[in-house]
Amino acid sequence: MPSHDKIHLIIRRQKDAASAPYHEEFYVPYRTNMNIISALMEVQKHPVNRNGEGTTPVIWESVCLEEVCGSCSMVINGKPRQACSTLIDQLEQPIRIEPLSTFPVVRDLVVDRQRMFDSLKKVKAWIPIDGTHDLGPGPRMAEKTRQWAYELSKCMTCGCCLEACPNVNHQSPFMGPAPLSQVRLFNAHPTGAMHKEERIEAIMGEGGITTCGNSQNCVEVCPKGIPLTTSLAHLNRQVTIHSFKAFFGSY
Amino acid sequence: MELRKNQHLYRKLHSLSGIIPVGVFLTVHLFVNYTATWGQEAYNTAAGIMVNLPFKYFLEAFIIFIPMYFHAIYGIYIAFQAKNNVGRYGYTRNWKFLLQRITGVITFIFVTWHIWETKIQVEFFGVDANYHLMANIVDNPISLIFYIIGIVSAVYHFANGIWTFLITWGITVSPKSQKVSAYITLGLFVVLSIIGVRAILAFA
Repeated sequence: MPSHDKIHLIIRRQKDAASAPYHEEFYVPYRTNMNIISALMEVQKHPVNRNGEGTTPVIWESVCLEEVCGSCSMVINGKPRQACSTLIDQLEQPIRIEPLSTFPVVRDLVVDRQRMFDSLKKVKAWIPIDGTHDLGPGPRMAEKTRQWAYELSKCMTCGCCLEACPNVNHQSPFMGPAPLSQVRLFNAHPTGAMHKEERIEAIMGEGGITTCGNSQNCVEVCPKGIPLTTSLAHLNRQVTIHSFKAFFGSY
Repeated sequence: MELRKNQHLYRKLHSLSGIIPVGVFLTVHLFVNYTATWGQEAYNTAAGIMVNLPFKYFLEAFIIFIPMYFHAIYGIYIAFQAKNNVGRYGYTRNWKFLLQRITGVITFIFVTWHIWETKIQVEFFGVDANYHLMANIVDNPISLIFYIIGIVSAVYHFANGIWTFLITWGITVSPKSQKVSAYITLGLFVVLSIIGVRAILAFA
């Protein structure tokens, strides 16, 4: 039950990338309709821990505050989610907040999600349209395709799916579900489809689509409800078809 | 590193070899074993057909041993790459992911022991491959228990492996088709387990 005078936070902190993590507890005054960010802002305003000792304010990252930018991902009470859309009233106390474990910690709750952006580059998650002259309008996308493709475009590279995936870790090269799902998105685009093979071949490299082990945790934790496992299975189909065509020949 | 560079090919071969030929062989093997429930004579006849197939060593090498040990050894490499997290994410499919790895390791140990007790003894130590060979092994209750665990593990690994195979090759893409294939493979697990366990109990 949420307390109506104070909120109990247990935060996993870290001074910098190289130092050891530790836990620090805080009590912050309760207001109605608070989210994790507003609770952290209270700590920032009054950086005193549960024992009444002055401490450094807890550092976190957040931008949009409306669950579209993906920067405030944290592990909250054991699940990776967005701090902005996680409401205090819906959580059990004490609230345990940790940085995502998949990415290197910069400080406290700030992690470096660079590996996801590197993966997006690796799989060519864009549509090349630049030329030396005006190429004119591209082909139209069918409304039916647009409807499911729009769902995939909601991916905000937040990293929750990588955090939950048992095959994304230091021993495994797996790039994770998020960048793979983008391949399905850009391959579905009528102009993007012109470079379909390049993306398929990129995900047939190390850490690509076959490293998925079908635990399907990704689709359970995705804050945007993206059908990640459908994307992965569909890419498996694209890879199978591509492999047959590449080996036996196609026109 | 070669292993990493050709990861895609190895993973695909791993997925394929688990079903064809290893899974198919497992099914045939369990069916042959089942004849033991009809008595010694029936089992010796059925096993006799398998033992007297032409080009036996060729078939054994390319249908059983090479694909099976490739699948097993590469599978161990895959299994130990995972950081299992059912404690934090206790979803059914995550449990199935963990069980697939546990049963894979059990099956690897069991099958290697089983080959030592049967095939190696027959080939190198002049033991006759018949009903009595198995009956003597499972006469020991600990061996019998290990056999039952081994058979059920192998069958689970195969049945759940079909479910993942269908995804890995892009056959079941929609959540609905993956759900239906989960029920079908669960049914297969139950049926093959009954066949396998009834067969081993016929020797005990």
